[in-house]
Amino acid sequence: MKIAVCVKQVPDSWAEKKMIDGKLDRDGVDAVLNDLDEYAIEEALAIAEPLNEAAGAPIHTVTLISMGPDRASEALRKGLSMGADDAILITDPALAGSDALATSKVLAATISAGGFDLVFCGTESTDARMSVIPAMLAERLGWAQLTFAGAVRVDETGQEIEIDRSTEFGVEKMKAKFPAVVGVIEKINEPRYPSFKGIMAAKKKVIDNKSLADLGLSGADVGKSAAWSVVESATARAAREKGVKIEDGGEAGNTLVDYLLEKRLV
Amino acid sequence: MSALILIDHAAGQIGKSAGELATFAERLGGVTGLILAGSGQGDALLAEASKIALNKVILIESDDFANYSLAAISEALSAQVKALSPKAFLIASSSRGKEIAGRVAIATDSGLITDAIDLDSSRKSTQSVFGGSFSVLAEVTTPTAIITIRPSSIDPSYDESEPVVEKISFTASDRSKLAQVLSSEAAVKGGRPELTEAKIVISGGRGTNGDFAPVEELADLLGAAVGASRAATDAGWYPHTHQVGQTGKTVSPQLYLACGISGAIQHRAGMQTSKTIVAINKDPEAPIFEVADFGVVGDLFKVLPQASKSLAGRKS
Repeated sequence: MKIAVCVKQVPDSWAEKKMIDGKLDRDGVDAVLNDLDEYAIEEALAIAEPLNEAAGAPIHTVTLISMGPDRASEALRKGLSMGADDAILITDPALAGSDALATSKVLAATISAGGFDLVFCGTESTDARMSVIPAMLAERLGWAQLTFAGAVRVDETGQEIEIDRSTEFGVEKMKAKFPAVVGVIEKINEPRYPSFKGIMAAKKKVIDNKSLADLGLSGADVGKSAAWSVVESATARAAREKGVKIEDGGEAGNTLVDYLLEKRLV
Repeated sequence: MSALILIDHAAGQIGKSAGELATFAERLGGVTGLILAGSGQGDALLAEASKIALNKVILIESDDFANYSLAAISEALSAQVKALSPKAFLIASSSRGKEIAGRVAIATDSGLITDAIDLDSSRKSTQSVFGGSFSVLAEVTTPTAIITIRPSSIDPSYDESEPVVEKISFTASDRSKLAQVLSSEAAVKGGRPELTEAKIVISGGRGTNGDFAPVEELADLLGAAVGASRAATDAGWYPHTHQVGQTGKTVSPQLYLACGISGAIQHRAGMQTSKTIVAINKDPEAPIFEVADFGVVGDLFKVLPQASKSLAGRKS
């Protein structure tokens, strides 16, 4: 079985983000592997590892796929140190400013060329927060969409996968034959920390750099010029005015209610 | 054709979002509503839909929607978008709404905007990004714009209407039958409002030590939704679906009450556009106080019960 995991390098979600010229300023902040993608990597590894153990050979592989600048290889290295086997990084100057439609096109082309059975994704990136890439990949590839998975059960011999889709609407059990796009949510697992051994091993693992031409795509298909929406302006929100702060001397609960009633908030 | 909206419904009831979407869609001209329902289940919804301002309603009935979910739903909607080529197709932002929007955008070669909070008559949308720290005005350049709109972004205008009704049946193609729904269990509502739609949200964090009782007590007195910080959901103290913050829900209620939440940027990103923010925290240096309109430095286990008691007393 060949599993791919789509990952993204994003600005650290614990840092303040800014926009310059209508685009996210990526240079001014630390770049990290998207938090939510770690759950996708962990789940893929948790599926492949026991199967490899049973087979007595590493025949089930996990490949990371990312689109981004050269420095996105740092995020891939973290995923490799968790235990993924190898990685593909699609880098091309023409990709700058790509929207989700273009990103999904590039990822889908990479997945199609790789002969994968399953593709795992995190539910969203912590920068764009659109939460549409897994659904777009399923639409583009014509594969089954199994997203918002809070639990995954894979039947490798039957080439079948079942998930519990868990959203604000409730829980649905869904099933599909391979190939499928699987989106996972945070509660699915506890991502491992890379071990020292894993970090050392990752240094020797291969990151395959691909350009758009390698995927049979042209610069006209992607990037800012091909984006189907344009940002007209991005304005920083005014800082909140400083509020009142009181120390509880035993009456703060009552004072709070006075405040809420006075402001007609309750 | 001016604007198309997807009318959400659950348990035979049209969702609150439909009126909001119709109000935005009216700015672009005439409004056509799309209702997807199981076979024979649409008529009751049509009666409900006349409560919102619509020029036309297209009812598509098929059991494939329940059996094959998103792929079948997206296929049916994409066919309508292609046939009608509206200026915009508006969908309520939710996990499902955004996924449908993504698939329809690909299938119809349309530009996509997610989580808009405003839409003007020239089809320009406003999004609030990075936890509300930036406001982005954007324009889609394709003939149809697929736009998902955040709940509670507008007060809906409810005009009774007598829309023209068109009924269509639908059968999903094999390509849309790849993922099959085996069983479905609707979320238990528990009487509290939905987090993203509530006028008041009360959240608990690390400071609750896992005891959300005082938070819930006050929430129920106020008819509020209950939220939680990532620290609280990671610790398993509260369900993941209630998480407010950068990796959870973004809320923008009239009143947000943060209890025992330090207010790291990760959390603030999900709540700092709330109209009024109240914070209760033991630590006077907690960053949550930087965004709070009213801050209480104190123990939530003393402050909240006292507030609840005081409110209950004044209400009766």
